Amino acid sequence: MNRRKTPRSRAPKGRSRAALGPRKVGPENFKHMIRVTVNGVEREATVEPRLLLVHFIRDVLRLTGTHIGCDTSNCGACTLLLNGRAVKSCAIFAVQADGGEVLTIEGLAKDGKLNPIQEAFWDNHGLQCGFCTPGMIMTAYDFLRKNSNPSEFEIRRAISGNLCRCTGYQNIVKAVAAAAESMRSAKVTVTARRR
Amino acid sequence: MLLLSAFLGDETVLVCQGFMWIFDQSNSMIPRQFQYVAPSSLKDAVSLLREHGEDAKILAGGQSLIPLMKLRLMSARYLVDINHIPKLSYIKEEKDIIKIGALTRHAEIGASKLMKSKLPIMLDAASVVADPIVRNVGTIGGALAHADPSGDWGAIVLALGAELVAVGPKGERRIKAGEFFVDTFTTRLGPTEILTEIRIPSPRKKSGGAYLKLERKVGDFAIVGVAAQIALGDGGICVEAGIGLAGAGPKPIKATLAEKALIGKKMSDESIKKAAKISAENTDPPSDIRSSSEYRKAMVEVFTRRTLQAALDRMAQR
Ligand SMILES: Cc1cc2nc3c(=O)[nH]c(=O)nc-3n(C[C@H](O)[C@H](O)[C@H](O)COP(=O)(O)OP(=O)(O)OC[C@H]3O[C@@H](n4cnc5c(N)ncnc54)[C@H](O)[C@@H]3O)c2cc1C
Ligand code: FES
Ligand code: FES
Repeated sequence: MNRRKTPRSRAPKGRSRAALGPRKVGPENFKHMIRVTVNGVEREATVEPRLLLVHFIRDVLRLTGTHIGCDTSNCGACTLLLNGRAVKSCAIFAVQADGGEVLTIEGLAKDGKLNPIQEAFWDNHGLQCGFCTPGMIMTAYDFLRKNSNPSEFEIRRAISGNLCRCTGYQNIVKAVAAAAESMRSAKVTVTARRR
Repeated sequence: MLLLSAFLGDETVLVCQGFMWIFDQSNSMIPRQFQYVAPSSLKDAVSLLREHGEDAKILAGGQSLIPLMKLRLMSARYLVDINHIPKLSYIKEEKDIIKIGALTRHAEIGASKLMKSKLPIMLDAASVVADPIVRNVGTIGGALAHADPSGDWGAIVLALGAELVAVGPKGERRIKAGEFFVDTFTTRLGPTEILTEIRIPSPRKKSGGAYLKLERKVGDFAIVGVAAQIALGDGGICVEAGIGLAGAGPKPIKATLAEKALIGKKMSDESIKKAAKISAENTDPPSDIRSSSEYRKAMVEVFTRRTLQAALDRMAQR
């Protein structure tokens, strides 16, 4: 048996659960007014500090493209961009995003045109049930900005925090590679046009 | 349950099963209520901690704390978010000491040029801690303060002979990595102290280090992880050796006897083998969902050997 002790702040042995229930703390100071720019739109809400970012996005703002898979920060289904970094929104409180910028899957398409990564997932059959897809795409979005010409190995590593139960990952990897390529060639065209 | 045990040991998981029933009823995992404060200076943070004592908890990356709060295995009346305190996130070298701010994210360490040139062992660890998304958020200070016995950074700071700087109501103090870890999830840090910096002596010219981790899958804690940093003097004699073990006991372990066996000897296949054996013999690893104690022990030997060899190979490349 593993003799690990549990964290210090856990309840002492022998106390009933009732004694541990939510402690009453005065209602004043409890809620926070937060302002977050989500997909370019400034949103405001009064939230309890314990509200998770993913619940703020899904339940308060009703942007349900961001999914909840494991709810224990293991699966990556809830991945979105907070201030430019891919994060698991089930492991961040909404108050922590105050004053920040969030990008979710809903914010990727522009003027009715899919983002190249979305396009590539479509073209390469990079999804089956689609549950992991928003998280996969947001992770790929963050990754491809840092590495525009990744190897297959690098792609596999980059999406290693996102679990997919359907595809076996093959087509997801293909889709990310294809997205990288189409984004590179789009860049070349833009630069050429500018000249 | 497997997911839970990624964070916790078997014992806790049993407790969790009770809790799970409650979650099943509510269908989601919501932490207990708390008040959130985000001080903008270290001084304010310390006085908040002092004011609220054991009722307060520090929030850094939240990648260990928030999942545990959601499982209601941890709770706090006050959450003191230290992310708004300036100058807690940096990697720099000053007077032969490499300094890392406690709030530096795992990913930032992995991308650091200074680390790449001076302490590649840090890149080894930064590329295997958790998964790429968690690495964007989780901090080295949070990982050390959390003190998971299978955590990667614990083994690293032990191997590197680091010093940890903590700031509390009485000011600043430094704690040697070898004395920092007390027990599972328990460190020398007091409830009103904030870990602010990790200080690592700049490695000598002829030195090398590596960290190797045995894991079931990406993002899992180590079954066993071994960190080693060695320095050679004239004639290939080992003059400094640091070995840190993850997953090999109730806390991160410094393999002092194995280090001693290397120092003063010429590095060879023989000396490496011997040190690896000593390193394993002196551990009493736990059995849990990831592995049996026996397997862990065997792997401590294998991975100490491989890590020492990798450290030597690195030195040759430099
Ligand atoms: C899916 C997943 C997989 C993971 N895998 C690994 C792994 O393989 N190896 C590994 O090492 N870790 C792993 N982790 C843990 C990860 O490294 C966390 O980032 C780390 O343990 C905690 O850092 P944090 O900044 O998120 O701290 P938090 O979660 O914010 O805090 C953790 C604890 O430390 C305290 N604390 C935080 N900062 C300070 C400070 N500066 N001073 C004093 N106390 C402080 C907090 O009060 C809390 O008790 C994993 C996490 C997840 C979610
Ligand atoms: S739902 Fe957030 S990581 Fe699984
Ligand atoms: S497509 Fe179904 S989980 Fe990935």
